[in-house]
Amino acid sequence: MFKKIGFRLIFAVALTSLTIIGVFAYFNVKSHSRSLLIEVERHANQLGETVISSTRFDMMLNQRDRIQQVINSIGTQPQIRDVRILNKVGEIIYSSDTTNINRMVDKKAESCYACHSANEPLEKISITERTRIFRLHPDSSRVMGIITPIYNEKSCWQAECHAHPKDQKVLGVLDVTISLAEVDQMIQKSELEIVVFAIVAILGVGLLIGFFIRRWVSSPVNNLLSATKQVSMGNLNYSIKDMGEDEIGMLAHSFNNMTKKLSEARMQLFQSDKMASLGRLAAGVAHEINNPLTGVLTYSSFLLKRTQDNAEFQEDLKVIVRETLRCREIVKSLLDFARQTVPKKNNADINEIIDRAVGVIENQLSLNKVKMIKELDNYLPKITVDANQIQQVFINLFVNASDAIGETGGTLTVTTHQISLSPYGVAQIKKAACPKRHSLIDNDFKIGGLPSLKVKVLSDNQEGFIHLDPVYGKHRNHFDLGFPVTKDAKFVCPDCNISLVQHDKICPDCGSPVLAFEISGQGIYEVCSSEKNNWERWEFVDSAGLSEYLEIKIKDTGSGISNDDISKIFEPFFSTKGQKGTGLGLAVIWGIIDNHNGTITVESEVGKGTTFVIRLPLTQQR
Amino acid sequence: MSKAADILVIDDEQVVQDAVIKICALDNYTVDVAANVKSAIEKISKNNYPIIVCDIMMPDGDGFQILDELNNRNIDSSVIMMTGYSTVENAVNSLYKGAIDFIPKPFTVDELLSSVFRANKYQKIKSRQKSFPVQNQNLELLYVNCPVKYLRLGYASWMFEERDGSVLIGVCDLFLKTIESVQEIELLQPEEEIMQGISCISIKSVDERIHKILSPVSGRIVEVNENIKLNSSLIEKDPYFEGWIYRIIPTDIDYEKKHLIMCSSELL
Repeated sequence: MFKKIGFRLIFAVALTSLTIIGVFAYFNVKSHSRSLLIEVERHANQLGETVISSTRFDMMLNQRDRIQQVINSIGTQPQIRDVRILNKVGEIIYSSDTTNINRMVDKKAESCYACHSANEPLEKISITERTRIFRLHPDSSRVMGIITPIYNEKSCWQAECHAHPKDQKVLGVLDVTISLAEVDQMIQKSELEIVVFAIVAILGVGLLIGFFIRRWVSSPVNNLLSATKQVSMGNLNYSIKDMGEDEIGMLAHSFNNMTKKLSEARMQLFQSDKMASLGRLAAGVAHEINNPLTGVLTYSSFLLKRTQDNAEFQEDLKVIVRETLRCREIVKSLLDFARQTVPKKNNADINEIIDRAVGVIENQLSLNKVKMIKELDNYLPKITVDANQIQQVFINLFVNASDAIGETGGTLTVTTHQISLSPYGVAQIKKAACPKRHSLIDNDFKIGGLPSLKVKVLSDNQEGFIHLDPVYGKHRNHFDLGFPVTKDAKFVCPDCNISLVQHDKICPDCGSPVLAFEISGQGIYEVCSSEKNNWERWEFVDSAGLSEYLEIKIKDTGSGISNDDISKIFEPFFSTKGQKGTGLGLAVIWGIIDNHNGTITVESEVGKGTTFVIRLPLTQQR
Repeated sequence: MSKAADILVIDDEQVVQDAVIKICALDNYTVDVAANVKSAIEKISKNNYPIIVCDIMMPDGDGFQILDELNNRNIDSSVIMMTGYSTVENAVNSLYKGAIDFIPKPFTVDELLSSVFRANKYQKIKSRQKSFPVQNQNLELLYVNCPVKYLRLGYASWMFEERDGSVLIGVCDLFLKTIESVQEIELLQPEEEIMQGISCISIKSVDERIHKILSPVSGRIVEVNENIKLNSSLIEKDPYFEGWIYRIIPTDIDYEKKHLIMCSSELL
């Protein structure tokens, strides 16, 4: 329990308040009891003076009985223990306790010591020196005694009795002793009160501190603790709910940030791990499958050679040879996908490729009651593609569509046509250089999967980098500088610090400086240096006008893809088909289309169907 | 050494052995078989095979060991390498180590036959050259070696770096001699990418065989020799100058040059 931070804090606070209250109580009780004693002392002194003055007359007349009577009546007062008068030799002459009369008091005794400590007795002493506090027995209550000297007066030595000579200064002393039992009781009571107050205060402070510690420290720390436990168990999606703006809130925030980064890094690692294992798998599969394929291909082509006069055999054998060759290309493309090599492109008719792909899976489609609708544009130009790879793309998409439709039946529509797209939002900057010919392409920072343009910014003695979108017209620029860009900031090449700002030119939209990059063989690309403005111009591309694309739409009336899955479908090994699929199909398709500089996009609605749109450039851009 | 068979096929797969035997029988070659590196080396040391068809990956070693063994023993059999794991590295390495051809599995009857055909022809040219008396070797030219500053991939294709950084690619004369006479040449288009060790030219000979030529370097084709298209016999008349095929912009020439053979060297 003492290991808990809350308990330790409470303990520390309690200890501190205990010390403070303790010291305070000690001095408080002390001053209280002192003032009580002073009061008693003053009272006793006054009493003494009163006794002396009230017996003065009787003493003059030497009426001893009356004196004794006064003393007796005073001695009966509750707090007064004893009143007595001693003569100069120390004999008790009067006393409220009559048994003590005529007894001698030792001069060395406590009551006499104040005056008789020196050889000659003192005549005048202060009130504190006349006072003494003592106990008659160790276990009895305290007693205060005060001595009042009775001085010789003119009337004393002139009195008829002539009891006292003239030169005598002190005739005797009056000794009053008062019990302090009541005072002690009061002091004890106030001590008890202070202790009770201290305990209550410490408990109260402890509870209050405990409450706030629990609220501000313990429970947030416990939340953090359970979050770290979750993360250490591998749950990187765990995030702590908002904890406010204090240090622990900030800690929670940065913890969430950290787990997010960690989870992203793990995803990337996972992805590259997948790619690596895919590479190993591809290599293994290639080697294992190519030997049996050699058997199929050699024997079938052997038969093809030997049955040249049998037209019927020839037709069938040609199918076997052709499809085995396709297998060879598939295996090769698996290897190529793992190594991302370039496709073997030839001029081909896209409609013909679609027809061939349909021919291969016609049986499967009719089994699943899938109605195939082909809306092919018959006047399409030929396109430079790897026909085998593109055919594989179509077959894969058709099979997926057929699986999505299931056994209930549906339609699969394939549409082809030619479209013209503006280069704006499509054209990619692949090579950009500063005036000193340093490349500005940053392969480590990708925007939309493509290497970005890196520019160094110098502003107010701070430097940072901005990354510009390599796709003309998409404006996904990254200005993560962490400091504001001032008016006279410099935009320079990261390698040689040469300025990239174009002279005598400002952005027509906002007046900021314009950055210019040389795109090898493709003119100059200009872009506004302000984060807030999207102005950019690439005259070379603009002047080239629209680019021609072949667009192939493959639309099915299947089950559709959920929003969660749609972002992952092009990832390797992502599959919704369970044991039936490898999860490679769409990843390979994506790789093939990308290698043809084309794009593949998908739109889907659960329950209604899915549409894949492939766009292949008619002229291969470099 | 006695002559046991025309061809030794080295492969651990029965189906591949049988296929090679069957195919080679079409052109009347006799075939001997070895299922692993060890028995292959035994057979090579006992018999003289003009042609060896060799797999790269085998249970007890790889095909490169066979190539090294042949080099050590100074045996000049023509070796055709084949593998199911047809990487560029494997292809280029095989040719650098002295194989005359590389065919990826699976292959068709025609692909193997044209390769074997060239190997056989290659053997004949080499043995004929040897049969000449030493002093006459330079007079009786059976084929023209590529010029001194050229580099070649195996004996098939050559490359030459021009001053402007572009690279010319063509076919070696010895290769052309092994296919006898060219009937038709099939070429790639400008702007297409080619890769070292991957076929980039396809030549159809008069006897209808198709011969594929592996590219010596990787790069992007910027120009195709139009004269070749018009007159395919130009390649045979002047294979190293007027008969160039492609002009390319190379992608990684400094690395790839390490696997090419200097034309001035005495290898092969």
